[in-house]
Amino acid sequence: MSARITCIALVLVLGGALLLALGNLATAEQSALHASPYVISLAGKYLCYAILALAVDLVWGFAGILSLGHAAFFALGGYAMGMYLMREIGARGVYGNPVLPDFMVFLNWKTLPWYWHGFNIPGFALLMVVLVPGVLALVFGYLAFRSRVTGVYLSIITQALTYALLLAFFRNDMGFGGNNGMTDFKDMFGLPLQLDRTRDVLMLASAVALSLCLLLARFVVHSRFGKVLIAVRDSESRTRFLGYRPENYKLVVFVLSAVMAGIGGALYVPQVGIINPSEFAPANSIEAVIWVAVGGRGTLVGAVLGAVLVNLGKTYFTGALPELWLFALGALFVLVTLFLPRGIMGLLPVRAEMPLPRAPAPAQAAASEAGPEGVAGADFGR
Amino acid sequence: MSALARSLLLLVVIALVAIAPTRSRAQTDPLSSLASTNYDEIRRGVEALAVSGDPRSASIIAALQDGRLFVRPDKALFIKGDSGFVAADTGVSASDVTADALRPVRVNNAVRRAIDSALGSLRLFSPEPATRSIAAEAVFKARDASAVPALDRALAQEKDPAVARVMRQARAAAVLTTLDAREADRIAAIRILRERGDIDARSMLASLSGQPPAVATAAASAIAAIDRNLRLWEFAQDAYYGLSLGSVLLLAAIGLAITFGVMGVINMAHGELVMLGAYTTYVVQETIRGHWPGLFGASLFIAVPLAFLVAGLAGMAIERGLIRFLYGRPLETLLATFGLSLLLQQAVRSIFGASNRQVGTPDWMSGAMQLGGLTLTYNRLTIIVFALVVLFALMAALRYTPLGLRMRAVTQNRRMAAAMGIRTPWIDALTFGLGSGVAGMAGVALSQIDNVSPNLGQGYIIDSFMVVVFGGVGNLWGTALGALTLGVTNKFLEPIAGAVLGKIVVLCLLILFIQRRPRGMFPLKGRAVEA
Amino acid sequence: MSHPIGAVSETLLYLNGVTVSFDGFRALNSLSLVLEPGEMRAIIGPNGAGKTTMMDVITGKTRPDEGSVVFGADTDLTKLDEPAIAALGIGRKFQKPTVFEPHTVWDNLLLALAGDRRPRFTLLARETPSERRRIEEILATIRLTEQRHRRAGDLSHGQKQWLEIGMLLAQQPQLLLVDEPVAGMTDAETAQTAELLREINRTRGVVVVEHDMHFVRALGVKVTVLHEGSVLSEGSIDHVSADPKVVEVYLGR
Repeated sequence: MSARITCIALVLVLGGALLLALGNLATAEQSALHASPYVISLAGKYLCYAILALAVDLVWGFAGILSLGHAAFFALGGYAMGMYLMREIGARGVYGNPVLPDFMVFLNWKTLPWYWHGFNIPGFALLMVVLVPGVLALVFGYLAFRSRVTGVYLSIITQALTYALLLAFFRNDMGFGGNNGMTDFKDMFGLPLQLDRTRDVLMLASAVALSLCLLLARFVVHSRFGKVLIAVRDSESRTRFLGYRPENYKLVVFVLSAVMAGIGGALYVPQVGIINPSEFAPANSIEAVIWVAVGGRGTLVGAVLGAVLVNLGKTYFTGALPELWLFALGALFVLVTLFLPRGIMGLLPVRAEMPLPRAPAPAQAAASEAGPEGVAGADFGR
Repeated sequence: MSALARSLLLLVVIALVAIAPTRSRAQTDPLSSLASTNYDEIRRGVEALAVSGDPRSASIIAALQDGRLFVRPDKALFIKGDSGFVAADTGVSASDVTADALRPVRVNNAVRRAIDSALGSLRLFSPEPATRSIAAEAVFKARDASAVPALDRALAQEKDPAVARVMRQARAAAVLTTLDAREADRIAAIRILRERGDIDARSMLASLSGQPPAVATAAASAIAAIDRNLRLWEFAQDAYYGLSLGSVLLLAAIGLAITFGVMGVINMAHGELVMLGAYTTYVVQETIRGHWPGLFGASLFIAVPLAFLVAGLAGMAIERGLIRFLYGRPLETLLATFGLSLLLQQAVRSIFGASNRQVGTPDWMSGAMQLGGLTLTYNRLTIIVFALVVLFALMAALRYTPLGLRMRAVTQNRRMAAAMGIRTPWIDALTFGLGSGVAGMAGVALSQIDNVSPNLGQGYIIDSFMVVVFGGVGNLWGTALGALTLGVTNKFLEPIAGAVLGKIVVLCLLILFIQRRPRGMFPLKGRAVEA
Repeated sequence: MSHPIGAVSETLLYLNGVTVSFDGFRALNSLSLVLEPGEMRAIIGPNGAGKTTMMDVITGKTRPDEGSVVFGADTDLTKLDEPAIAALGIGRKFQKPTVFEPHTVWDNLLLALAGDRRPRFTLLARETPSERRRIEEILATIRLTEQRHRRAGDLSHGQKQWLEIGMLLAQQPQLLLVDEPVAGMTDAETAQTAELLREINRTRGVVVVEHDMHFVRALGVKVTVLHEGSVLSEGSIDHVSADPKVVEVYLGR
């Protein structure tokens, strides 16, 4: 049953992307079917967000890791791509320096920092898109999971991680363009980014990447590995007594998810034409979590759906009623957690990819004697 | 600086050349020198007057400086005052003297310099200790070699030990610039400067050149000693900044120590409760400005309880309206309260606007006090005290009040407390309200040092959680120590790593710390926690 | 109690002088216990006697402050963590039935089956015919064949307890630790559980912690009474219930 939903989602994503590309290239501008470059870049953006949402759902929905720092992996992938695009500008920058990006010339730097070497080679840059978020997730996850940091604590330190990166990337001397980040990209793999055709290709590539990520995620959660993962999510210590090492399972899925987010970010940057430190803002990561919550946690397809729907709403509100957007987003957080714990997918009359443990319905929780967890033994009088 | 030093040196040379003939023409009346038309003679007169000890000297020289000193053809001197002329030597009013019979005593640059220096020395004899101290300090800064005799006389009659110390330092500085000073005197002077131990003394010692080897060695070792001393003060200053930051963190985190640490509720809107407290302060101040401007000094005392009420009631509303439905689901609580924080921010933005609001600082909180090499600003000092008061008040409230007893009972054993007739939902709401109210009070303090804007709370939320987790959940002492440790570490890292990098380093250290000790510095142990 | 060193190799589990304290409270106070291979042992004791802490120490959840825990010939359990101890062949059943609720009965057993536990294996693993056979066997043993495709979360309380015991069997442990297996069970289910445990005991060592004296009597095995973290009395159920110290702890004061 869930296989059918995944198929429908794949058809919608790929078919929709194709139709939009055709609408952009094969129709006249006056035609009702014409898709403007704005719509194409918007669609491309949503698809990248959907990849990020998928990555969040993979760790949150299936391993119980509520990462509040996933936008960091997205941004790192984006920065890796941005560095390639900067090098690709070559001597066409404002200062015309063939090697140094404009902002380095502006800072009076004489040589390229060591970590910028190699980014002129597309293959190397693509490798870094995957490697940088992956290695960070590996190191961070290894430390966190090995010492059994779980639940809210883990969420807070993931948030601290992205916050630290935010501060770091704001610094000019980090060599990533500081406050302004990187922009004014010219072309990618030899294709001018301003051309409609290039934008269509990027949007289609995002759709394909999303589809592949969805298939991969589905394969993972349906494997025996995925079953162990859910066991870890619901009862970590029980899994341990069965002889599994939950930390290894979480590490694998965390790294996989970070890599996915990085790929999403790498596709995002050429389509929006800029990458700057604000992508690391903790609020971005939390927003990605709400996409997943809206669509339905632990459903994969729901994450994609949630990302697209919430961002459609955001585009509408910020255009029409900018004052109201934060109210709407805030209310969305509150209402979804209170009244729609399974998200939109929970409303569908089908079984989710992997059902969540039974959560008490709001009314039930209120009626029961549920209280705050209370740190047992807390003695704040001493 | 070196230009100043050079001109001073020149002055010294002139002074030395000048003093010799003055001495030889002993007992010449300085007043008659002033009546001369020769600038050299006038200058000598000023210098002689300055060291004469005559109580009228200061007013005569001041009059000369202002162009109010006149001379009659018979060489008698008069000072022009608001109500006519007075005789310079006696101070007696000379109503018969008219302006047309007089000519002003003229000055050139050499005389003006002599006047400045003379006035400086003369203030050393002022009846006000503060004036004497300032004058000595001025001589110290000017390194005026000619001031040595005046300083010697001033020192002889000085009774205030603090002023005498500054005078000795000024004398030492002057001696060091005197070319023919004996080696032993120089070394003694260096010792005095070394005792003074501040940056001025250091630069004075560093500017010495061409000294005999013994003096140079003494100066070098004095510089090293002063550097050590300065580093110590710098260390103390950093520690104070750290303490100050720690107290701010403590204020921001202490409410969280209740709601998160004790109740286990993760409230991402905690920072917004702090923000509400800051805006309450703003509203209170605006009201006072509009209606009772005289009360402004007390505005913060009015704002603290009001902020407690506003944030506390908001907190109770949040607990009853949202959080209680999510007990036992911490991650959902986190998301819902994050949404709430967006709502609160936007609400405040809609009401008060997005820009920063101006919150004033009462007079008693402005300014700073000097403690040795330390500068302690009153607003920071107040916040440190306030944080401690809040901490201890909260501890006392939890330990000694009936409400505190009920709160502890409910958090430790909910079922048992309920069985004993405690209305646990009501206690939950009150506990959460208490934590939120404390956040509001923190907002009053933060309004004094931070921009009051809708984003005020966001900057503190991560830090606050870090403090609570670092200190060990459910332990107010741990929270206090955690806040201070983080604050001090941060401030000590700043000079080494820079402000931003320092913060990053602290965050990374904290992340590593949580890896090692997931339950904080003071973990609660026991079966219950293990489960 | 002391034990000759030479006998260590013949024991299945050997606890010597194990002490655990939390904040000054001694949960285990120099506890010593010997279990022979193939033995079933019942552990009883009032609340706070240290029964659960003892299980925690054996399975690696809690590290003892002092003392040694030796499994088989010479494996020091105090040096190992939970998964490593589980892999050695020590299974544990918790007081509250903890099965993986979103998974089917079948998947629960599949996850418990002995085999490679590493991610790189499970990512690509497929069910083998021999695995299916093993699961069918266990399903028959725990009487859940009919329920195999139901979500574990939908089972009754007793069925969950059995499923958990089935998962332990799937692990093929040499030693089974069972914490209050019949709490909340009907009389019929209790009798069936006693039957099940005896069956399991044919091939492996079992330690049962239980409050229910009827159940312990029905098991008919050697009983160890714990009190304040150490052994108060040991022997047959009749022997310990006649022991004046035990009577005092349970009835006196």
